[in-house]
Amino acid sequence: MGEDNSNVVLLDFWPSSYGMRVKIALQEKGVSYECRQEDFEAKSSLLLEMNPIHKMIPVLIHNGKPICESLNIVEYIDEVWNHKPSLLPSDPYKRSQARFWGNYIDKNVYSRGKKVWNGKVEEKEESKKQFIECLKMLEEELGEKPYFGGDEFGYVDVALVPFTSWFYTYETLGNLSIEAFVPKLVGWTKRCMEKQSVAKSLPHPHNIYDFALKYREAHGYE
Amino acid sequence: MAKNDEVIMLDFWLSPYARRVQIALEEKGIKYEIKEEDLPNNKSTLLLQLNPVYKKVPVLIHNGKPICESLVVLEYIDEVWNHKSPSLLPSDPYHRAQARFWADYVDKKIYDNAMKFFKTEGEEKEDGKKGLIEGLKVMEEQVGGDRTYFGGDNIGLVDVILVPLFSWFYVYKFTNNLNFVSQESFPNLFAWAKKCTERDSVSKCIPKEQKVFEHFQQRNLLNSDQ
Repeated sequence: MGEDNSNVVLLDFWPSSYGMRVKIALQEKGVSYECRQEDFEAKSSLLLEMNPIHKMIPVLIHNGKPICESLNIVEYIDEVWNHKPSLLPSDPYKRSQARFWGNYIDKNVYSRGKKVWNGKVEEKEESKKQFIECLKMLEEELGEKPYFGGDEFGYVDVALVPFTSWFYTYETLGNLSIEAFVPKLVGWTKRCMEKQSVAKSLPHPHNIYDFALKYREAHGYE
Repeated sequence: MAKNDEVIMLDFWLSPYARRVQIALEEKGIKYEIKEEDLPNNKSTLLLQLNPVYKKVPVLIHNGKPICESLVVLEYIDEVWNHKSPSLLPSDPYHRAQARFWADYVDKKIYDNAMKFFKTEGEEKEDGKKGLIEGLKVMEEQVGGDRTYFGGDNIGLVDVILVPLFSWFYVYKFTNNLNFVSQESFPNLFAWAKKCTERDSVSKCIPKEQKVFEHFQQRNLLNSDQ
């Protein structure tokens, strides 16, 4: 489908793993877009207008119309710019598996990860255990495949890889070594970072770490 | 699709999540078999094997292959049996994205809060009630007028997802003491629920009131005043 790229705007917040998913998808498809940074503390009237229900980023605005929720946006991008590379498989069963794991990542990675770097100190050991458990589940799903998508980078890879920019933060503030527990997953991370779409979309882990420190200072532990 | 398609659903009669899948199968006229699970304490080996991540129903087993998580199952059904109407999702990508957005909203805002309300006590129960009312108010605005269903003229993904839970308030008289969900407060939703429950697929799938009442009563889920 020939699509006009001139009106694609992404409302983003640079440390957000959810925003990074959308950037990767747009890069994969070669879609040029304008990225507008939102200030978490002072949301723009555009964001409030485009996402009145959740008031959260990312929001993709395509020809003036908003699409919200990151994995939703990734599917939309895959459908509208349906040239290769495809992010979702064409087979319905494989698609269902991809959506299942995207949903699993959504339910678990952010919330468990946050408890590791910003959770209650007395719950830290339990939080680390839960986080590693979740990564091990994902590593098991990856198995021997180069990507979650199989031979090709795809939807589940897009869903998970942004959180790897937070690994340094989890490790440093959580005092753990992720590679020690899930070496294959770390191998997958390095493979993904060789892709331009990923390397261009993920911030440097040290910048994420600085952000996390400032956030913790401003908001305290949760 | 092949005439010898085998479709099985691992089910628990009360689960509104499983009802979603059953309604979709009924709407599309797909032949299926139900395998009832004895929840929560006696999960079958089959369930544990086919849904090792969550160990929950519904699980759709299509020609031996499992699909888990009701929203994922619904999209799968819509794609595999895309020649059978109704289509649960619109064909246009923007409207599909909207449908998925609302499906996710119903799951998080309405279902999660309803479960909190029914299953917890004290402050958490109150939080659940507040969240549920907020969510229903939003959904009240999304239907009515020339939108018979959330899907528009015909039943769609969001309708199938919401109706099993909402029917607890609409169909069952014993929830009347949960007076924060009423025809007066949610006229559009009640009109929508009436339309849905008039459909064979929906009325067939919604569990009978007596059975639900006894179940709720046994577990002391009917008190709204805590």
